[in-house]
Amino acid sequence: MRGFIPALAVGILFGAGLALSDMINPARVQAFLDVAGDWDPTLAFVMAAAVVPSAIAYVIRRRLSRPLLADRFAIPESRILDRPLLGGAALFGIGWGLAGFCPGPALAGLVLGIWQPWLFVAAMLAGMAVHRLIFDRPAAAPRKLEG
Amino acid sequence: MEPMTPLAAIGGGLLIGTAAGLFLLLTGRIAGVSGMAAAATRIARGGPPWTQAAAFVIGLPIGAVLIARLVRSPDVVVTSSWPLLIAAGLLVGFGTRLGNGCTSGHGVCGIARLSPRSLVATATFMASAAATVFVARHLIGG
Repeated sequence: MRGFIPALAVGILFGAGLALSDMINPARVQAFLDVAGDWDPTLAFVMAAAVVPSAIAYVIRRRLSRPLLADRFAIPESRILDRPLLGGAALFGIGWGLAGFCPGPALAGLVLGIWQPWLFVAAMLAGMAVHRLIFDRPAAAPRKLEG
Repeated sequence: MEPMTPLAAIGGGLLIGTAAGLFLLLTGRIAGVSGMAAAATRIARGGPPWTQAAAFVIGLPIGAVLIARLVRSPDVVVTSSWPLLIAAGLLVGFGTRLGNGCTSGHGVCGIARLSPRSLVATATFMASAAATVFVARHLIGG
C-alpha cells in the first residue's frame, strides 16, 4: 500500500483543478478546439497555468537523488519521434475532438450524475485493451516507459 | 455556457500543475492520466505501481465532487450521441496507449520538462482535435 494516501491526495487535487477550471465540461473543451467558431480560450489559460508548478517540480527534481516515496525516478528519456507517437497522438486528438473528453476529465466526471462519462470511460478502456491485444503481447519488445 | 473567469481557469490550472509536480516528487513518475488509468485497470504491463495508479484515479472524481459542493456546481454539457461517445472513447484509449500519453502526460508534464516527444505529440493531438471539430461543426454541420 506504499504511496496510496499521497497518490489519492494528488488525484483529488488534480480532479479539483479539472473541475475548478471547467475542463470536465466537454462543451468548454470543444469550444477551445473550435477555432473557426465561438472560440473559448479557457483551456489555454489552464494549460499555461498548469505548466508553471509542474516545471518548478522538474527543477526541484534535479536536486533530489530519489523521489520521496520511491527508489528512483522513472521519467521517459526517449527523444525519438516515431510513427507510433505521431499516429497515437493523431488518433487521440480525433477522439478528443469528437466528444470533448480526454482521460482525466472523463474519469473526474464519473460522479456528475450523468451517464456519458461512464460510456466514454468504458469505451476508452476497451480501446486500451485493443492496443494491448495488438501490440503488447508477452513476447513483444521490451516495454517503453509510460508517457 | 457562461464564459469562465480567467482566475478560475488559472486557479484550476495551478491545482493541476501542482498535483502533477507533487506526483513527480513523491513517486518519481509522470502524472499521465491515460497511463495511470491503464495501470489501475491492469491493462498496461509495468508502469506505475497498481496501488498508486488506482489511488490517483479514485482521487479524480473525489476532487471534482469537492469543487461541485464547495465552489460551484458544474454546468456540464455533453452533446455527443452514444455511438459517438463509444467511437471517441475507443480512439482516445487506443491512441493514448499507442502515443504513450494524453493531455496530462504529454500536455502538462511533457511541456513542463520540454520533452521533444511530448511537444510534438501535443501539437499533433491539438491539431487533429481542432481539425476534427472543424469538420464535425463546420463542414458536416452539427
